[in-house]
Amino acid sequence: MEHLELFLKSIFIDNMVFATFLGMCSYLAVSKKVSTAVGLGAAVIFVLAITVPLNWLLDQYLLQPGALVWLGAEYAEYDLSFLSFIMFIATIATMVQLVEIVVEKFSPSLYNSLGIFLPLIAVNCAILGGSLFMQSREIPTLGLATVYGIGSGIGWFLAILSIAAIREKIRYSNVPAPLRGLGITFIITGLMAIGFMSFGGMLTGGDEEPQEEQKTVMPKEEINTTPSIENKKAEEKKENEKVLANNIKVNE
Amino acid sequence: MGLLSKKDSKLILDPLADNNPITIQVLGICSALAITAELEASIVMAISVLAVLAIGNVVISLMRNIIPSKIRIIVQLVVVAALVIIVDLILKAYSYQLSKTLSVFVGLIITNCIIMGRFEAFALANGPWRSFLDGIGNAAGYGLILVIVGFFRELLGSGTLLGIQVLGDPIEKTGLYALGYENNGFMLLSPMALIVVGMIIWVQRSRNKALIEDH
Repeated sequence: MEHLELFLKSIFIDNMVFATFLGMCSYLAVSKKVSTAVGLGAAVIFVLAITVPLNWLLDQYLLQPGALVWLGAEYAEYDLSFLSFIMFIATIATMVQLVEIVVEKFSPSLYNSLGIFLPLIAVNCAILGGSLFMQSREIPTLGLATVYGIGSGIGWFLAILSIAAIREKIRYSNVPAPLRGLGITFIITGLMAIGFMSFGGMLTGGDEEPQEEQKTVMPKEEINTTPSIENKKAEEKKENEKVLANNIKVNE
Repeated sequence: MGLLSKKDSKLILDPLADNNPITIQVLGICSALAITAELEASIVMAISVLAVLAIGNVVISLMRNIIPSKIRIIVQLVVVAALVIIVDLILKAYSYQLSKTLSVFVGLIITNCIIMGRFEAFALANGPWRSFLDGIGNAAGYGLILVIVGFFRELLGSGTLLGIQVLGDPIEKTGLYALGYENNGFMLLSPMALIVVGMIIWVQRSRNKALIEDH
């Protein structure tokens, strides 16, 4: 149940593109045709499904404060967490190289159509973002980390697939000239993101969001608004910030 | 500018408008938009990217003749990652609250496409001084969009700028709020960042017809 919940959450509620804007560069650049979008989306799912659990292992047994305790009691004090960026990106770069070799071997046509964007998966924020969110949300088990990786990948795939389909059709519409191409894509993405926000209540029953998330982001604001808490405005403002906090997703 | 030749100052000024990294080259949107709900966070992000890009460009440019082209992506990633770790630690030391707000997005500077894009397109082929200027120019172009988006989102969304209430007090009903003005809480939500950037692109391309794409 826990796994299914995280799976759905990472696809719809915390969708990589619509909630956190990760992987926007390739999302915008490769979404002109559905077929290329499918290829890149599949590559992203694959890379995320491998790198997130790998980086989870690295984080758990190497980087976290006290993670080195399996080497012996004298290592319990070590905290290597400042190295996590470099370790994560190294894992990702290696894996991407591997995927590139495999794709070139088994599907040259896909390799040609992806062109420059296959190596660029290495610098796709969605991939590194997946690992960093995995770390900052403190996902507890390897199984959950794998589910999170796959779910986020599918969410990204869904996003790029739908924008590619829309862009193929929008060619026949009369878009104002200065908005053509990039501008309208941004606005459509914004509207799609608003649509995806409606998934927000899917798993909570639509009632309350977890409390502590909001506290970590806006303690300053809270102090300001507490004296007049009965005031409706203040509550509205807090409500907005709660949503904002959820979008930025800061966890201690 | 007496210090810079015409060609050099073009390196700085071009990315600010007609070759802007975000609105024209479509680079670096990834880590940019999620943090623009507040002006302060946008400014800090812009400065961090400026530092990383300018220094990184110089480092890569100095090493350009000794990097084997096959492993250049990994070399570039290591250089950026090292610089970003420094920025992250500085932020954590001097403004912990802000680094919590930016959360993973500081780390995501590593995969900011502007940085890799400039390394690939410029620093690998040019000397350190020109690369430095190019880095400053592009990061400034990126920062400019970030600050504009952050300005509008914070002003319209919470009626504040840098945390100071500029439109009056929404609870006491002073200033604009006395006239019945309401904050548009929608501006604080992430989708609005995209729509604001879309508007900026619209304005920019209406002013300069040469930039218009055909679908």
